[in-house]
Amino acid sequence: MAKVHVTTSVNGEEREVLCEPHQSLLDVLRDELGMTGTKEGCATGDCGACSVLIDGRLVCSCLMLGVEAEGVDITTIEGIANGSELHVLQRKFLEHAALQCGICTPGFIVAAKALLDTNPDPDETTIRYWLAGNLCRCTGYDKIVRAVQDAAQELAYEA
Amino acid sequence: MGAYAYARPTSVEEAVAVLASAAEAGQRTQMLAGGTDVLVQMRSVDREPRTLVDVKHIADANRVEIGADEIFVGAAVPSGILNENAELKAILPGLLESADLIGSTQIQGRASIGGNLCNSSPAGDTIPAIIAAGGQCVIAGPSGTREVACEDFLTGVGTNVLGDTEFLLGLRFPRPPPRSGDAYLRFIPRTEMDIAVAGAGVALTLDEGGNCVHARVAIGAVAPTALLVPAAGEALVGTRVDDAALAAAGAACSDAASPITDKRGTVEYRKKVVGVLCRRAGANARDRALGN
Repeated sequence: MAKVHVTTSVNGEEREVLCEPHQSLLDVLRDELGMTGTKEGCATGDCGACSVLIDGRLVCSCLMLGVEAEGVDITTIEGIANGSELHVLQRKFLEHAALQCGICTPGFIVAAKALLDTNPDPDETTIRYWLAGNLCRCTGYDKIVRAVQDAAQELAYEA
Repeated sequence: MGAYAYARPTSVEEAVAVLASAAEAGQRTQMLAGGTDVLVQMRSVDREPRTLVDVKHIADANRVEIGADEIFVGAAVPSGILNENAELKAILPGLLESADLIGSTQIQGRASIGGNLCNSSPAGDTIPAIIAAGGQCVIAGPSGTREVACEDFLTGVGTNVLGDTEFLLGLRFPRPPPRSGDAYLRFIPRTEMDIAVAGAGVALTLDEGGNCVHARVAIGAVAPTALLVPAAGEALVGTRVDDAALAAAGAACSDAASPITDKRGTVEYRKKVVGVLCRRAGANARDRALGN
């Protein structure tokens, strides 16, 4: 089977990778590029654990082929923190204990960042609907929503 | 999985050439837009190798154009991008609300109404809204493009009129005149992200006195394909879209429905609910028309 050469940008860094034509972007990130922060939950677009940003737009990396990533800008969970300094969303998830097993957390952080990037002051209903594509079997969601609200408030305070 | 391949044509001609050469060689192809149905299916119910032909790098498939007389929506435009288009939302709110009902934020970042139509599920939410709005399918093939009314595009569960060497380039809608409105409603047993038990789309135009001069009604998830229900539209034309007219349109939808009983609902339930949805969507379309 002929592999396809793909040039893409991951967290601002140009990367070249050989993909199988049917290989998902999620598998390319994890297995070819060794970036295992992005998680596989369902692999059918239902759970959001594999959420990444493609040119700033939130998508499930399991529902995109690696070959479709040619020429795009990908942001993964590894690109959210500023070096060793956590992003405010990451800090607030810790402060609010908005995670237990942690598998869903990278997806929630990436999805919440996409929300706050476009809507810095979302109300609770907006947050809950925006994050409806991210499933969490541990927290019951409330702590996650509180963490996002608190992060939005801190970002607004800083701005 | 077997020998998959991926093609990324940048023009209609190039895409048709890929489809034609594969057809000649007896190889299977499948068009790829957002991939939110295609990728799930190729990992579960349909693993047969094929060449995936990515439609997203063809300029027209990504084009949204709002003209004086007509509107063009490229087959690959993600529903998230459509719903950020305030002008289109003001003109065809029913079409956009049908797209907004499908999937999460993540899904809407990729999924397109063209893909929803080509997937040709009986329960595809955008399909009744496209039919009601008078959508024409712009189909590209070896001898140029042809157009098929959306209600004639579907041929059965998961099947449509597209030939081996054809693909959907986009949808063309007549631009609604002043005092027009459209609406789509579906019923699901939860608040969001589920498959319709029944759905109804209504598009109508009122005259200056508030009388309905044009109406199209389409229903979904209650037959092998979404259906245009001419009798329901006729029940609204010439009326003020009052309760009696809406009840008649709803009854026409219930009559036109030929649903199955499955885990989402029984025949009797679906026939009743599709009538209710038609009445409510008709009232929403009327109120939007009065506001326009």
